[in-house]
Amino acid sequence: MRFQGLAASAAVTFTLLSTTSAFAVTEISWWHAMTGANNEVVETLSREFNESQSDYKVVPVFKGTYPDTLNAGIAAFRAKQPPHIIQVFDVGTGVMMGAEAAIKPVADILSMGGTAFDKSQYLPGIVAYYSKPDGTMLSFPYNSSSPILYYNKDLFQKAGLDPETPPKTWPEVFDAARKVKASGASNCGYTSTWLTWIGLENFAAWNNQQYGTKQNGLGGLDVELTINTPVFVKHFQNIADLAKENVFRYGGRTSEAKQLFLSGECAIMTESSGGLGDVVKSGMNYGLGQLPYYPDVEGAPQNTTPGGASLWVMAGHDEEEYEGVAAFFSFLSQTKIQQRLHEVSGYLPVTLAAYEATKKSGFYDKNPGREIPIRQMMGKEPTDNSRGVRLINLPAVRDIQNEEFEKMLAGEQTAQQALDNAVKRGNAAIEQAVNR
Amino acid sequence: MIERSFGSRLFAYAVLAAAILIVVFPIYYTLVASTHSLTTILRPPLPLTPGPNFWENYSTALFGGIGRIGGVGVERLLFNTFVMAMAIALGKIVISILSAYAIVFFRFPFRMVFFWLIFITLMLPVEVRILPTYKVMVDLGLIDTYTGLTLPLMASATATLLFRQFFMTIPGELVEAARLDGAGPWRFFKDILLPLSRTNIAALFVILFIYGWTQYLWPLLMTNRNDMGTVVIALRKMISFADADTQWHLVMVTCVLAILPPVLVVVLMQRWFVKGLVESEK
Amino acid sequence: MARPRVTFPNRILPYLLLAPQVAITLVFFYWPASQALYTSTLREDAFGLAQEFVGLDNFRRVLGDPNYINSLQVTGIFSVFTVAVALGLGLLFAVMAEKLVRGRGFVRTLMIWPYAVAPAIAGMLWLFMFNPAMGSFAYMARTAGYNWDPLLNGSQAMILVIAAAAWKQISYNFLFFVAGLQAIPKSLIEAAAIDGAGETKRFWTIIFPLLAPTTFFLLVVNTVYAFFDTFGIIHAVTGGGPGKATETLVYKVYNDGFVNLNFGQSAAQSVILMVIVIALTAIQFRYVERKVHYG
Repeated sequence: MRFQGLAASAAVTFTLLSTTSAFAVTEISWWHAMTGANNEVVETLSREFNESQSDYKVVPVFKGTYPDTLNAGIAAFRAKQPPHIIQVFDVGTGVMMGAEAAIKPVADILSMGGTAFDKSQYLPGIVAYYSKPDGTMLSFPYNSSSPILYYNKDLFQKAGLDPETPPKTWPEVFDAARKVKASGASNCGYTSTWLTWIGLENFAAWNNQQYGTKQNGLGGLDVELTINTPVFVKHFQNIADLAKENVFRYGGRTSEAKQLFLSGECAIMTESSGGLGDVVKSGMNYGLGQLPYYPDVEGAPQNTTPGGASLWVMAGHDEEEYEGVAAFFSFLSQTKIQQRLHEVSGYLPVTLAAYEATKKSGFYDKNPGREIPIRQMMGKEPTDNSRGVRLINLPAVRDIQNEEFEKMLAGEQTAQQALDNAVKRGNAAIEQAVNR
Repeated sequence: MIERSFGSRLFAYAVLAAAILIVVFPIYYTLVASTHSLTTILRPPLPLTPGPNFWENYSTALFGGIGRIGGVGVERLLFNTFVMAMAIALGKIVISILSAYAIVFFRFPFRMVFFWLIFITLMLPVEVRILPTYKVMVDLGLIDTYTGLTLPLMASATATLLFRQFFMTIPGELVEAARLDGAGPWRFFKDILLPLSRTNIAALFVILFIYGWTQYLWPLLMTNRNDMGTVVIALRKMISFADADTQWHLVMVTCVLAILPPVLVVVLMQRWFVKGLVESEK
Repeated sequence: MARPRVTFPNRILPYLLLAPQVAITLVFFYWPASQALYTSTLREDAFGLAQEFVGLDNFRRVLGDPNYINSLQVTGIFSVFTVAVALGLGLLFAVMAEKLVRGRGFVRTLMIWPYAVAPAIAGMLWLFMFNPAMGSFAYMARTAGYNWDPLLNGSQAMILVIAAAAWKQISYNFLFFVAGLQAIPKSLIEAAAIDGAGETKRFWTIIFPLLAPTTFFLLVVNTVYAFFDTFGIIHAVTGGGPGKATETLVYKVYNDGFVNLNFGQSAAQSVILMVIVIALTAIQFRYVERKVHYG
């Protein structure tokens, strides 16, 4: 029959088009979520590594957004075809740690490569976050960032503020923001990306406040949130008040608010240091400052915690392939590579040697803002409140927090109500996820 | 002819002008945006007339720009989308016309069982059973294949129902005559049924082509490799708010490229398309 | 329904003809559906490392979850308005287009454009115009002193997704109403005109009742569209937010399954949706058996 013949030949075509070719060298797949300039860095690194030796070939694959990448990795694991290396964003860390049978600790991998793994080479704040409570490093920090303050110098000038002095504390930020609006310099004084990551997780660490029990989840799974204590409530009531006066503008749950800063609509923004590249590219007259804190809170400023993403090695591959992964990670750890990554991307260097080398090169003298996130993270010995937040279902908990914030910013509830609800709903979600 | 007052006609013109504005404007505006620079787009309001960056944006997008963002060139994305749309349209038409033929022109045991087996899926879009279907695809190893992208979307019964409706309007005398002429079921199908169904097939083709071209959730989940992605998926991947900024001017070019082919199909085939719709409506 | 008809006597051929469709339906519909049933009784972690049978617990949790009730309401409001706007405008435009002496083809050509636009892209286009950070219309609204902020204002977000969803569906409704109008015998309308019935009266007493079958058919099609095909729009425009103001049932299935990795409850929601849709299909077969939903 003609039609069935057609269908059959179509099926053959499908099969032909969907087969992949094989290579003689051992292929290492690397799934990542980097776009734009950062994607080019990924491609360059892979190419350089592939040219530096002939046994292994790293194949980077862009998988979409961070959550897309994580979901693809999980799906692939369930389908028994996991990639070797997968880039997982900070919030996914808890998810990955909860699945010990699905991953290979990076510490094991690195020592496989023949070179003994020396943890002291790495920036302590970052390593602590990506390690198990017993100190075993589980994933390889690739792009780490920390929230800092950005401001528009032109708008500051127009509003009669000193363009060379960034506001240091939250009260100063709110003051400056109101002045900008009142002077008519621009419509919006302050905005922030990632209200959850910056306003809760880093806010807690930087002001030495407890985010949740069990050392914010680093010490155990069954965490109870404590983000409705007075310091948090005060901070978010301040933001809610600013929103009511139209001084604060909400941009969205992730980095959408950057658009508001880039277009010159908002004068001050808190954002990841990783977002610096776009600000530089936009050609605007910007200034940088450290993340604001509350001066009346004891111990503030403490230290900030890393965001960004790290590289996880997935279980289910051959020994030989893991040796390739180890070789690639050693390649990435080289001082000159780390130094270049840091200087090009705005992400933090992972090793101390790279930090020192960058310092020596005079890079920070030319770009003083670039050292801010490192100083923020390294300033003090971390406390139980400031090693970072790790929850088995942090993405879902952040969703809940965002929903409550949105209701608060829309004027439907107070900061106290928003945070109480976030705690109640968040705890229920955590409990359910832990028992799942 | 019915008399119509001048006022009434004027009103009609005004409403239709508004209608066309509402319907066409978003597409026109995309076209406009695709000819402006990123900086212009980022500082609202965007002018209502095309900007000077047409060549620049389109050549950047076509020669590597989209590829730099999404990992694969736009020609590959368009090809994938086209394959998907064509395979779904043709596959579904073939499958449906055969099964409708069996159900209407034959009597056999368990006919009604098959009938319900098929038609219970009528209104159940793939979205509803998305997760389990995805699991099945993983089990069958169909992730990142054209088979996986298309076959499951052929599983609904809508086209079968359409053909069934149409076949039931074909007078029994025709079958009788064919049988008296000694024509077997195959000749009847080929020489009588297919030619009669031409308009229906054309209309269905348009509908299913659009359906395939505009798929979103399914290819989003079914493809891991970038070179298997569709234009619509690539668009979503281009809009990223994490760390790197969104190249809106290139996004808009890609939007135009994603909209153009199906619009052309609908507009060029609208005579058959509309006729098919109207006839099957009756 | 089926009158006795002339058929071909053949024992094997009909099964062969049915085979492709039945095979595809079994593999891609019944198998997943049974998997959904099975998964909906399990509790498992994201990586599938541990599983536990929990009976109907997932259903109990879903139905007891205020967020699920919320998304039921959201789906209801969203569907009612989307369908009303898309049908109302489609009908209005079709009636007006019928009055044209010339240029009907031109109008029709322009009117069918949105039909060819993917829902996800339609969502993006509307987002591009109305997103508070860079949308031109959002900017104008704000400059005019109107506080347009769909990122925080749930009603405004709802209006935006309804506008985008209805916009895409106007084409389809327009075409069907035009066809329906053309099928009405001109003599009927002329008779009414001779009797002195005005245009408005003619519409409501003659044309609209005669369009009822078309309208009813479109009602079903549009409802199914609003329920399921709008996922791309919501995903692109609001992501279900602000709060959960635009989280529809289908969006929740996706979000709970693929974002929150809660497979058991997501599957339970799938099963509930399947039951709803099968009920709708039964109704469709009973009352509008002859009308078809394409796609």
